[in-house]
Amino acid sequence: MMRAPKLRRIAGNAGFALSLFVLVSPAILVFLWMLSLSLKNDADNTAFPPIFIPDPPTLDNFRDVFAKNNFLLYFWNSILVTGGAVLVGLLVGVPAGYGIARAKSAKFAFLILIARITPALSYLIPLFLVFQLIGLNGTITALLVTHLVITVPIIVWVMIGYFENVPMELEDAALVDGASPWQGFRHIALPLARPGIIVGAILSFIFSWNNFIFSVVLGGKTTRTLPSAIYNVLTFEQISWGPLAAAALLVTLPVLLLTVVAQRQIVAGLSAGGLKDG
Amino acid sequence: MAGPSPAMTRRGVKDVGASPPTRPTTRYDFSRKYWLFAVPAVVAILAVIVFPWLFTLYMSTQDWKIGGGSAFIGWSNYAILFQDERFLEAVGRTFWFTALAVVLPVMLGVAAAVMFHREFPFRGILRSIFTMPMMATPVAVALVWTMMFHPQLGVLNYLLSLVGIPPQAWVYDPSTVIPTLVMIEVWQWTPLVMLIVLGGLASLPREPYESAIIDGANAWHLFRHITLPLVWPYVMIAVMLRTIDALKVFDNIFVITQGGPGTASETMNIFLYLQAFQFYKLGYASALVVVFFIIIVVLSLLLLYARQRSKWNA
Repeated sequence: MMRAPKLRRIAGNAGFALSLFVLVSPAILVFLWMLSLSLKNDADNTAFPPIFIPDPPTLDNFRDVFAKNNFLLYFWNSILVTGGAVLVGLLVGVPAGYGIARAKSAKFAFLILIARITPALSYLIPLFLVFQLIGLNGTITALLVTHLVITVPIIVWVMIGYFENVPMELEDAALVDGASPWQGFRHIALPLARPGIIVGAILSFIFSWNNFIFSVVLGGKTTRTLPSAIYNVLTFEQISWGPLAAAALLVTLPVLLLTVVAQRQIVAGLSAGGLKDG
Repeated sequence: MAGPSPAMTRRGVKDVGASPPTRPTTRYDFSRKYWLFAVPAVVAILAVIVFPWLFTLYMSTQDWKIGGGSAFIGWSNYAILFQDERFLEAVGRTFWFTALAVVLPVMLGVAAAVMFHREFPFRGILRSIFTMPMMATPVAVALVWTMMFHPQLGVLNYLLSLVGIPPQAWVYDPSTVIPTLVMIEVWQWTPLVMLIVLGGLASLPREPYESAIIDGANAWHLFRHITLPLVWPYVMIAVMLRTIDALKVFDNIFVITQGGPGTASETMNIFLYLQAFQFYKLGYASALVVVFFIIIVVLSLLLLYARQRSKWNA
């Protein structure tokens, strides 16, 4: 009597584990292959059948990336553009999220939604012409301003969700006691919504860091961000796989680390704050 | 900081009496001032989002010559666009790509969400790993995929040969390029669907399950008749976001095929990029953006409508 259900449960668990394995392994295998390519020399990378485990692993590809390219310059460009766009996005977007949440203004929220829908290229054509007109094409400033298209909507959207969950009673009390709306925001709502600020900053950082097309169009030879630099410079100057994989890994490493370290915040932002109600 | 109790009583007073006797409540004045908080963001949005929009509309009526003037040509750009066979093919291709790149990740993502909703060892770590593809820099990943697709030296064809499947041309053949690009899309974006639906699953009530189990329902019945209807609004959000993103797909295709071989993977967005920044037909490209945007908005509204309906019915 006891046997059959127990056996079925074991079989069920095994099936579950197997389907979980099938589901998750492609996600990790692509990155492991990226790592493997980056740690092998050219002969091993083009061997067939492929060599999976680097033996012995070499760091030559990484040395190559730094020695033969301006990798550090592109890295710095990415930091400036993404860091700047996230900072400005927070300065502008956090108060906006608060105002929209408190005023319950659907119109602003809708505007943000439209920004999410619009193809990036539709910002690029006009901004490209304007930047050309005022001589900003190919500058970090132009890229930073354009990246606001990414960071501001994400941060506003996430913050609306968080401020809506900050109870209004506390601020009401302060307002009635003579505080200004700004003080209510600054001293009551803002500290309570700090987790939301972190979520908004992380998400907007990732999407700005990963952005490719803005830098393809607006970036100059020395002002490119990493994604377009790796595409333009490395792909054409080096056909060999090792350095390319090493560079790809370096580009995406900050984001992958964030994904693992800040998993909880990202999940919260994407599933709750970032997408609002059901 | 003011304690909670005065707040409660004051609100109580305000809620009960329409005209408070002692001190008139000024809360509504404040509520009108809240829009001031949004002013900097509105300025930023006007500058980098609304202004480009209006400018695009204007430009779509112009014959724009790079570096030298423009002339008003009315609807001509649109008229040319709708007779441009390459554009019309790109539209059809984009819809085909989008249909696949929505349906497959949504189905897989719902399944993944149901799995990750269960308790099991290492769930947090496995979920982190599972979400890595959508967070990783698309260009970096696309370059690795390109190496994996290599017809002779690529690891994918080797893996297929291990299970006896003949080598594939992947992105190097017009007939397999779209399914291959969809495969990357599935790999990359199934996690987003999973996270959205997982959020929905976490908010489900327990009672219907308990009574259904008492009534002898099996796991499939529970999923089909309780979980799926309850979580359907979340699935529709996923469908909508996926549709918007799949229509706009750019990075993967641009890096891996640039729209090739030939024009076999040239979607609307790739076509748009080529017109704008390869051929510098900026007026024409602006008309294209307007049409592209209208397509996206109409589809989103349809899906939004479907979602509202599913909410009312639920």
